[in-house]
Amino acid sequence: MIARLLTAVLLVVATAPVLPAAAVELVIGLAADVTSIDPHNNNAAPNNSIAEQIFNKLIENDPRQNLKPGLAESWRTIDDLTWEFKLRRGVKFHDGSEFTAADVAYSIERPGIINTPGGFTIYTRSIIDKIIVDPYTIRLKTATPYPNMPTDMAGLIIVSSKAARDATNADFDSGKATIGTGPWKFVRYAKGDRIELARNDNYWGPKPAWDKVTFRLITSDPSRIAALLAGDVQMIEVVPTADFARLKTNNNITVFTTVSNRMIHLHLDSSRDKSPFITDKAGKPLDKNPLKDARVRKAISKAINRNAIVERVMEGLAIPAGQLMPEGFFGVSPNLKAEVYDPEGAKKLLAEAGYPDGFGITLHGPNNRYVNDEQIVQAVAQMLARVGIATKVETLPFSVYVSRANKIEFSAALLGWGVTTGEATYPLRSLAATYSAPKGLGTWNWGRYSNPPMDALLEQGLATVDNAKREKLLQQATELLINDSGLIPLHYQVNTWAARKGLVYGPRTDERTYAHEVRPAP
Amino acid sequence: MVVFITRRVLQSVIALLVMSALIFIGVFAIGNPIDILINPQADQAEIARATAALGLDQPMWVQYWEFLRHAVTGDLGRSFSQNMPAVQLIFERMPATVELALCAMLFAIVLGVPLGLVAGIKPDAWYSKTIMAGSIFGFSLPTFWVGLMMIMVFSVYLGWLPSTGRGHTTQLFGIPVSFLNWDGITHLMMPALNLALFKLSLLIRLTRSGTREAMLQDYVKFARAKGLPMRRIVGVHVLKNIMIPIVTVIGLEFGSLIAFAIVTETIFAWPGMGKLLIDSINVLDRPVIVAYVLIIVCLFVIINLVVDLLYSMLDPRVRLAEARA
Repeated sequence: MIARLLTAVLLVVATAPVLPAAAVELVIGLAADVTSIDPHNNNAAPNNSIAEQIFNKLIENDPRQNLKPGLAESWRTIDDLTWEFKLRRGVKFHDGSEFTAADVAYSIERPGIINTPGGFTIYTRSIIDKIIVDPYTIRLKTATPYPNMPTDMAGLIIVSSKAARDATNADFDSGKATIGTGPWKFVRYAKGDRIELARNDNYWGPKPAWDKVTFRLITSDPSRIAALLAGDVQMIEVVPTADFARLKTNNNITVFTTVSNRMIHLHLDSSRDKSPFITDKAGKPLDKNPLKDARVRKAISKAINRNAIVERVMEGLAIPAGQLMPEGFFGVSPNLKAEVYDPEGAKKLLAEAGYPDGFGITLHGPNNRYVNDEQIVQAVAQMLARVGIATKVETLPFSVYVSRANKIEFSAALLGWGVTTGEATYPLRSLAATYSAPKGLGTWNWGRYSNPPMDALLEQGLATVDNAKREKLLQQATELLINDSGLIPLHYQVNTWAARKGLVYGPRTDERTYAHEVRPAP
Repeated sequence: MVVFITRRVLQSVIALLVMSALIFIGVFAIGNPIDILINPQADQAEIARATAALGLDQPMWVQYWEFLRHAVTGDLGRSFSQNMPAVQLIFERMPATVELALCAMLFAIVLGVPLGLVAGIKPDAWYSKTIMAGSIFGFSLPTFWVGLMMIMVFSVYLGWLPSTGRGHTTQLFGIPVSFLNWDGITHLMMPALNLALFKLSLLIRLTRSGTREAMLQDYVKFARAKGLPMRRIVGVHVLKNIMIPIVTVIGLEFGSLIAFAIVTETIFAWPGMGKLLIDSINVLDRPVIVAYVLIIVCLFVIINLVVDLLYSMLDPRVRLAEARA
């Protein structure tokens, strides 16, 4: 009897909602491993997400990735080659020292000094000189007109020039050098396990609602869900699509979603005369490459039923894509919509291009990188088969896949692109521009697609400081690319969070999980 | 004895060389770590610079030679992704894994040997049959599934145990351990049991078959005829005689518990080195993979040595110097 009573009591305790009003500590389950606390060590999203809560940047991103003032109150160009940043006054580091322009200058130098493989020099390489006008004004000189400076500065963490000087990676992991200006102070980092932070009561911005936050690293999807259901954590990020519907109907759980900046697309081998995985329908190598013909690429795009992929494969957690970024980002063209599913039109285009009976192709993709990546590739293959393109599928672990794809070993390959900068030059430059090592263009152009008029528009855009003019150029470049089917957008992912009832999170396009943006429900 | 140990050490050096070469070739064949590590915003010049900075632009044999040159001084390289000495990364994570493995092994021995003895002495009793049926489940159910079911039952529905993670740790001789405080123990219980399940079943079966065989031996019959109590017959005579295969298996399996606790560590978000290995393989962090495997090889060598020494204590007929290791 007592045992039964005890069980009943425990059941009630276990299923009772965790009341955030009483809890001053917040526990969040993260989906990816945080490998270092040094904010300049490894430019990877999980690390940046933590660093951005302890430190600030000159310019911050709002939940839709629009730029907003951070440690800089305003910024402007003095001339085509000079950017000036006016810094926020009265900001204190966690050790009580004052934040000034010297800290900005040092933070711009540091990525080049510590020199790590996945580092932050990409944000500082354009700067040839730094001029400290006064403690609250800094000017950055570039060799050529450089409109993307604010975007770059929205990626670079500002450290304390005193605490971080000569600090090693280990000094940051132990907290010795982890002195920032952000809403949270560093408490403890246990590798592979957790990160603990405490509220910075002197924070210059809106103060967090919690005294303490613990980020638990729970990389296994079902375990993360279980931890939330058990009440061990109050919030998780990255809800697996398969569990989403069940969580949504759970009365103790609230879910939050928003479109992601990550676009899933296909690269088609569009410049070589012969392509390694193109065959005739019997499987014999073809001495012509049909993908060079824009009509064939368009036919492939028309043959893909994006709504079906979104509904069936992604269980509704995606949005059909018609260009490089979802609505609301800088450079999105209002004239481009997701390609409508049209198998008849696809067959007609194939016939026009001289392939009335289709051909054979192998579609490659990763199997451990993007949400449901393997299933997406399989679904696309079946859709292509329906218009006569005999499609084989080969999926590989990302580590194998990305190396082979970078060597252009495939004919058709799936890639996901998170537009961390929130504007169009980044995907255009990396994915679509003609490959050129000296210019640093087309680095990830796996189809080696080349469209000189589009390149010209992009290069003009990269050097135009005027925002309105630049946006127009980028829109035009995107239209040229998509209308020529230079790559085939499939969908934008949807970012998901789930929390115990009583918590509210403003979901973010950049996949960040910020504890200071988690609030108790009003 | 000295000859025996020297021979063992020489053999292990060869094993270490072969393993390191195999991993070098393996990782080289899989792909280029830079392709994964580099931030996608980097351009071609940046990629070339990073490749050169890690020495990945060199031919493989040059890279291997560089590795060997540093390895003899005890430096197994720095992690590509974490920019820290690989050995340090692994040793930071090792206490968590060793603690988990020791605890699992303890579960397996404390439960497995007595249950196996019971099932071996009374093979036809209903409880013996239940034990054996249970051991079949322990063998055949996949670890990750059992782990998830345990979390669902004990954390989500019953709310008795925390679902994942390592609890509060206390310092013991400078090493953080979690079995000295209640919070730590509650966190340790489920993953340890999950990891122990397979070994537990193995030990039950091994002990049972050993016991059944021993019970038919003349010395048992003689002991019975002499009127020794059953407790003494089983506890001293039978147990001592079936110990050799059990010690071998415990030794070997302990090594594999440490080396391959990966699945359990992932399911329970246990911050051990198995998780580190998986993460490193995913980003082709070669120095960590190489260092990990070399450390595990050393571990197996030491465990085998200990097992051999234990043999000679359990069975005076074994002479180490002549044993062909």
